[in-house]
Amino acid sequence: MAEATTTFWERLGLRKASGVGEAGWGQTLFAAVISLIYFLPVLLFIVTSFKLQTEALAVPPKFFPTSFFGLILDQYIFSPTLANFTSVFSRAYTAGAAAESTGFDRFFFNSIFIASTSVLLALVIGTLAAYGFSRYPLRGNDTYLFIILTTRMLPAIVVIIPVILMFRVAGLAGSYPGIIFLYTAFNLPFTIWMMKSFFDELSPDVEDAARIDGSSETRVFFKICLPQVLAGLAATFVFGLILTWNEFLFALLLTGVDTRTVPVALNQAVAGGGIGVLWGLLAAIETLFLIPVFLVTFFLQNQLLRGVTFGTVKR
Amino acid sequence: MSPVDEQQPQFGTLAPDNWKLAIVVGLAVSALAILSLPVKDSFWVTGAMVAMVAAAFVVNAYRRHYYGGLLVSPAIAVLFVMNIFPLLWSLGLSFFAYQSNQQNIRFIGLHNYEQLLTNDLKAPELWGNLTNTAMFVVLTVTAQMIVGFLLAVLFAKQFPLRRYLLILVLTPMMLSVVAVGVFFSYYYDPTFGLLSQAIKAWAGGEQFILMSNKAGAVAGIVFADAWMWSPFVMLLVLAGLVSVPKYLYEAAAIDRVSSWRRFWSITFPYIRGLLMLALLFRTIEAFKLADLVILLTKGANDTMTISYHVIRIANEQNKTSEGAALSYLLLFVVIVLTNLYLYIANRRARGN
Repeated sequence: MAEATTTFWERLGLRKASGVGEAGWGQTLFAAVISLIYFLPVLLFIVTSFKLQTEALAVPPKFFPTSFFGLILDQYIFSPTLANFTSVFSRAYTAGAAAESTGFDRFFFNSIFIASTSVLLALVIGTLAAYGFSRYPLRGNDTYLFIILTTRMLPAIVVIIPVILMFRVAGLAGSYPGIIFLYTAFNLPFTIWMMKSFFDELSPDVEDAARIDGSSETRVFFKICLPQVLAGLAATFVFGLILTWNEFLFALLLTGVDTRTVPVALNQAVAGGGIGVLWGLLAAIETLFLIPVFLVTFFLQNQLLRGVTFGTVKR
Repeated sequence: MSPVDEQQPQFGTLAPDNWKLAIVVGLAVSALAILSLPVKDSFWVTGAMVAMVAAAFVVNAYRRHYYGGLLVSPAIAVLFVMNIFPLLWSLGLSFFAYQSNQQNIRFIGLHNYEQLLTNDLKAPELWGNLTNTAMFVVLTVTAQMIVGFLLAVLFAKQFPLRRYLLILVLTPMMLSVVAVGVFFSYYYDPTFGLLSQAIKAWAGGEQFILMSNKAGAVAGIVFADAWMWSPFVMLLVLAGLVSVPKYLYEAAAIDRVSSWRRFWSITFPYIRGLLMLALLFRTIEAFKLADLVILLTKGANDTMTISYHVIRIANEQNKTSEGAALSYLLLFVVIVLTNLYLYIANRRARGN
């Protein structure tokens, strides 16, 4: 068995322990135990998303969907159901009534649309600014950069009151452009700082050579600098996405019925209901909500690690 | 590289690229508008002044082939409209008596600050919230640094399936705060919560109510917050750990250096900067702690934080200007602490 698995994992790009900085399956086992304990609160919640309300509230708790061939006592087993996942999108609010749409398809669309648009917008504007700060330093460059960082230190509530008033006056309250614009500003400081440290690390020799050969400044940026910082762009994208995806306070105060994002709707699902909190339903919402950002992070994981290293370690 | 040292326009001349004059005129007109016109009109006047200053900057940058300015200007514009302008506005508001559900607005100078710092009812409340916040900062940041560091050490080496286990540890960071609040209020529930059931099975007795006293409530909040954000610290420390060149370890192995010394003289210099960065970011964030408190205790059992207090005053009680004054006091504390931190960090870096 050991042989077969080794070749299988090797095919996935995982090597056997050899030399410094590598460990074997013993480390895997140890790390697996720790990781699973750490992941346990999430796992239990995902399990809850397959339970009906009575089973979610059961004492003693029902952990297992099957008996694992008679290994588990009956009192710890629940019968898994997909009912929670369907009732995320449509359910009957009172017993016996016809199922209504809950609007969650719209909220999921809003979350995806608002988060991706604003993170990409911040990436474009922020990368340009970072390149400017790095290659054409302004007088008082460091002061600008410090002020930009300072805007991220403030409690959100300090800026939120004027922003609400401003949005109301400008007619942006509850609209897509308003919240997207706000999130772009929210992501910019971090994007600029991270991308600037990437541009700073590039060797200027290649660029100078291209300039001597007659390349325009635009060409130098697009053909020489940008391709070298792709890992940084990926890392910044993931960080920005995680923060924007889950942002709650701004979304609560500045989105309307049509532009509401999932965290706000989730909060309302917690508060509302009347017949007590529907744990299975909440678990199902959060499980669905976790999937996109989980997948993006998983596929960009290597860039994420490389990006953080590259961007922040000065040698 | 670029010809930025060309003649700038004289301050007095009326030219489309004279940004210094534009700023002075813009500030003066905006201040006049805010003092004399109703909120709605002063908003548009100020907006027009901002546009004028921005246009002056762009024309100036374009005329002088000032690429830096041109590249930076969209970002500065967005940040100015969404962050700096609201900040200045709320600083202005903090000198007025204004409630967002009422129309009248009255200049009262430093009265809001005076009230918060000296009033018999408000000052002790503020002080209590500040000490609570300080307690949360110390507890959550310490827990995150320790757990994050240990997790990073666990994942520093390359081993089979590492990629798949690492993503499991990173997951808490990807959850929304609302979800974490919901998770933990489910686990902490006295009747059907797992914690209560586990303690009942272990020690017997009646149901266990975690949130019944201050120590329990604080422990519950700190645990949830530390669980959620330790992966962030881990990610930064891990990035430092994997960046240590392997030949240093190989040389240390040949010289038979003890693992303790190997850590302090090889590994630590590579992660020190990242540890400091994680500490800075997490401290700033911990000062803003409010959402988890709202979701888990609603401030009961003396777990009110200053950030939650601001939300309550400004949003629930509509005392806009008082909330603004309070948040400026908080901002003052954060900036003093951050600068102190940066000063110490820089001095230590120079000392080495």
